[in-house]
Amino acid sequence: MSDRIFSFVIWMSAAFVGAVFLWILGDILLKGIPHLSLSFLLEQPEDAGRSGGIFPVIVSTALILMVAVAVSVPFGLGVAVWLAEFSQTGRKAASSTRLTLDVLAGVPSIVYGLFGNAFFSIFLGLGFSIFSGGLTLACMILPVFIRTAEAGLSAVNHSWREGASALGMNKTSAIWHILLPSAAPAIVAGLILGIGRATAETAALIFTSGYVDRMPGSLMDSGRALAVHIYDLSMNVTGGDSAAYASALTLIAVIITFNMMAQAMTDQWLGKKVQRA
Amino acid sequence: MILSKHSFLSRLKANRHGTDGIVSAFLSVLAGLSALLLFLVVLFLVRESWPVFSRGGWHMFLSGQDWYPLEGKFGLVPMVFASLAMMTGSVILAVPFGLAGAIFVRFYAPPVLARAYKIVMALLAGIPSVVFGLWGLTILVPMIAHIQPPGSSLLAAILILALMILPTVALTSLAALDAIPRNILDGAQALAMSRKGQILFVAIPAARAGIIGGILLAMARALGETMAVLMVAGNVVQNPDSLFAPVRALTANIALEMAYATDLHRASLFASGLFLTGVVFLLSWLAFQASERARYRSL
Amino acid sequence: MKIKLFLLITGFLTVFSVSSAIAEGSKLVLTGSSTVAPLALEIAKRFEKGNPGIRVDVQTGGSSRGINDARKGLADIGMVSRALKPEESDLTPYTVAMDGIGIIVHKSNPVQKLSDEQIISIYTGAVENWKEVGGTDSPITVVNKAEGRSTLELFLHHFSLKNSDIKADVVIGDNQQGIKTVSGNPGSIGYVSIGTAEYEERHGTPIRLLPMEGVPATVDNVRDGKFPLSRQLNLVVKGTPSPLANAFIDFAQSKDVHDLIEAQFFVPLESE
Repeated sequence: MSDRIFSFVIWMSAAFVGAVFLWILGDILLKGIPHLSLSFLLEQPEDAGRSGGIFPVIVSTALILMVAVAVSVPFGLGVAVWLAEFSQTGRKAASSTRLTLDVLAGVPSIVYGLFGNAFFSIFLGLGFSIFSGGLTLACMILPVFIRTAEAGLSAVNHSWREGASALGMNKTSAIWHILLPSAAPAIVAGLILGIGRATAETAALIFTSGYVDRMPGSLMDSGRALAVHIYDLSMNVTGGDSAAYASALTLIAVIITFNMMAQAMTDQWLGKKVQRA
Repeated sequence: MILSKHSFLSRLKANRHGTDGIVSAFLSVLAGLSALLLFLVVLFLVRESWPVFSRGGWHMFLSGQDWYPLEGKFGLVPMVFASLAMMTGSVILAVPFGLAGAIFVRFYAPPVLARAYKIVMALLAGIPSVVFGLWGLTILVPMIAHIQPPGSSLLAAILILALMILPTVALTSLAALDAIPRNILDGAQALAMSRKGQILFVAIPAARAGIIGGILLAMARALGETMAVLMVAGNVVQNPDSLFAPVRALTANIALEMAYATDLHRASLFASGLFLTGVVFLLSWLAFQASERARYRSL
Repeated sequence: MKIKLFLLITGFLTVFSVSSAIAEGSKLVLTGSSTVAPLALEIAKRFEKGNPGIRVDVQTGGSSRGINDARKGLADIGMVSRALKPEESDLTPYTVAMDGIGIIVHKSNPVQKLSDEQIISIYTGAVENWKEVGGTDSPITVVNKAEGRSTLELFLHHFSLKNSDIKADVVIGDNQQGIKTVSGNPGSIGYVSIGTAEYEERHGTPIRLLPMEGVPATVDNVRDGKFPLSRQLNLVVKGTPSPLANAFIDFAQSKDVHDLIEAQFFVPLESE
C-alpha cells in the first residue's frame, strides 16, 4: 500500500464518519428546530412535555452534572495520581485497583442505576434527588476518568520527572506543578468522555434523580434530567417527538458548552503553570 | 520497547516522611475507596439475586434456551451470545474507523479540520443513547427491514453500537498518539521514513498501550449499552444465528423487565446483572494479563 | 484558581443541600406505572396550584413498582395500570381512568379486520404470511410486549395464551416503541393503547387500528364499555390514606381533571 493510498483511506474514513454524524445531527436538527425557541428553553413543561418548555429540566441536568463532576474530579485525580506516581511500593495493590476500575468501567449503567437507587436513595436516605443522581453518575464516570487520567500521567515524558528530581523538588510539588499540567489534555479528554457519558445517561437516572419535571428547590429535590426527558417524550408520551428532538438539540448544545468550558479551563491552567514555572 | 525503558529509573523520588508521605497515604485511601465501590456493587447484586441461588442455582440459567420468567424458565444462554455478538461486531467496525480518525487528526488534518473532528467526536460521545436509538429505530431499522424484515436485528444493534463506541476509540487513541514524545517521531522523520511508515511502525506501536486501553473501554461500553440496543435489536430471546435475526442483549433484558419484575423474576434479573459483571471481570482480567505481559516484555 | 473554584462549588453544594429541609407532611410521593405517570404528573401540577405549599412528586417505574412501593410505604400512592390481582387485596384501588388496547398494522396493509382466531394464529406462528389472512404475499412481523408489562398480561389473558406460545419477531418496551416499530415496517402487527394510536393515526403516522370482535377500536367504544380489551388505571394505597393523599385521590377522580385525562388519550370515568 503506497503512502498515497494510505492517506486516501484515512481521509475517506474520516469523511465517512463525519458524514454519518452529519446525517444524525441533520435528522435531529430537521425535527427539532421547528419546536425550538427561546420560550422553549425558559418555560415550564406543560401537557406531559408536549408543549411548554424545558427550563427546570435544564437546571436539574446542570445540577446533577455539577454534583457528579465536583465529586469525581478531585477523587478521580487523586486516585489517578496515586496509581501513576505513588503506587510503586504496593504493586499488588495498584494492579488490583486497576483491575477493579476496569471492571467498574464495564458495569452496565442500568446496574449503576439499580445500585444507586438501593445505596444512595434508600440506604443513605437521599431519596429521589439530584444528589442521589449526581453521586450515581460520579460512580459511573469515575473509573473511566481515573484510567484515562492515569494513562495521561504515565505518558508524561520521563525526562521531566528526572528534571524535577534533579531540581530537588519533592514529589507532591513536582506532581502539582509539572506532571498534572503536562497531562492536562489527557485528563480533560477523560473528563469530556465522562461528562458525555453522564449527560447522555438515562437508565441510571430514572431510578435515582427521578421523573419530577418541576423546578428543583434544592439538591435534595427530585429533578428530571434531559436524557430522561427525551426518553419519556419519545418512548412514553404520544405526540412528544418534536419536543424530544428539540430537547436533544438542547442537550447537544449543553455538551458543546461543557466541552468548551473544560477546554478553556485547561488552557488557562496550562498558561498559568507555564508562566510560573 | 525503547519507550518505557526508563520507567523504573525515572520515577519521582518521594520523601517518605514529609508532605509526600501524607499525600501518598491520603491518595491510597482514595484508591482503596474506589476499589471498595466494586465490592459494594457486587455485594448489592449478590444480595438482590440471592433468591435465585438459594432456590434454583446457576444451572437453571445455563440449561435452557427459553426465557419465560413468569413460567419459571430462566435460560440466559441466548442473551449471553447475543451480547457477545453485538460487542464483537461493533468493535470490529469501530476500531478501524476510530483509529483512522485519530490518525487523521494527529497526522493529516489541517488544524481547523482537526479541531472540528475532535468536536464531532465529543458530540458523538455525548449524544444520549436514546437519541441514537431513536435514529436507529426510525431510519436504520426501516432500511434494514427493506432488505429483510423485521429490521430490528443484530445488524442494527451492531451498527448503532459501532457509532456509539467510535468516539471512545478515537479520543483515547488520539490521546495516546498525542502523548508520544516528539523526539521519537522526529527520529523516524530523520530516518526519512514515509509518513505511512512513521504512523504504522513508530507511532501506533509507541501508543499501543493507550490504544488497547481505549478499545477495551469501548468493548465494555458496547457490552453495557442498554437503551439504544433495546430500541433497535428486536429483543427476541434466541441465539444470534444471522445478522438479520432479532436478538435480546442481557442489558436490554434488565431494562425491559426490571421495572415490572417481582420475586424470583427480579432476583434473576439481578443475577443476570451479576453475570454481566462477571463477564466484564473476565474480559478485564484477560486484557490485564495481556498488558502485564506486554509490560514485562518491554522492560 | 483551581482550588478556589473547587471550594466555591463545594460551598455552594453544601449550602444548597442544607437549605433543603422541607416540612414533611406537605409532600406526597407517587410511584409506579409509566402509563399513568405522565397523567399523574399533570394532575399533580394542577393540584399543587390549588393547594399552595404542597409538593407532589411523581416517579415512574412500572405497575409492580407502584404496588411494592405503596406496600412498603416508600410511596404514599402507587400507580397501577391494571385491575389489582387477588393477592394484592391488601391495597385499595381508586380508578381514575380507563384505557383500551387495540391491534395495529401498517397503513399500507390491505387487511381490514382479523378475527380472534386469526390473531391467535399470527401470534403463535401458525400463520406467517399476510396472504393467509387475506393480505398481500409478505411475511408477518409479530411485535410483542416484553414480559411483565400489564399490556402483555391483558393481551395474553384476553386470548387465553401463554407468553411462551407467542412467536415474536420484535419485543418492545414502552407504548411509543410499538407505534414506531409498526410504522417503520409494512409487514408488522402489534398492540398498543388505543388513544395514543388514534392520535398518531390522525397525525399522519402510517399505522391503522383494527377492530376487535367487530367492534371498532375507538376511545368512544372504550368509554361505552363495548370494546373487549380494556383496562383500569388505578391509584392504590395501603390502609387508610392520609388526609393529603385522600384529597389528591378525590381530586384525581373529580371532573376537574377530565380534560387532563383526555389530553393523555385516556378515558375519564363517567360516574360522579
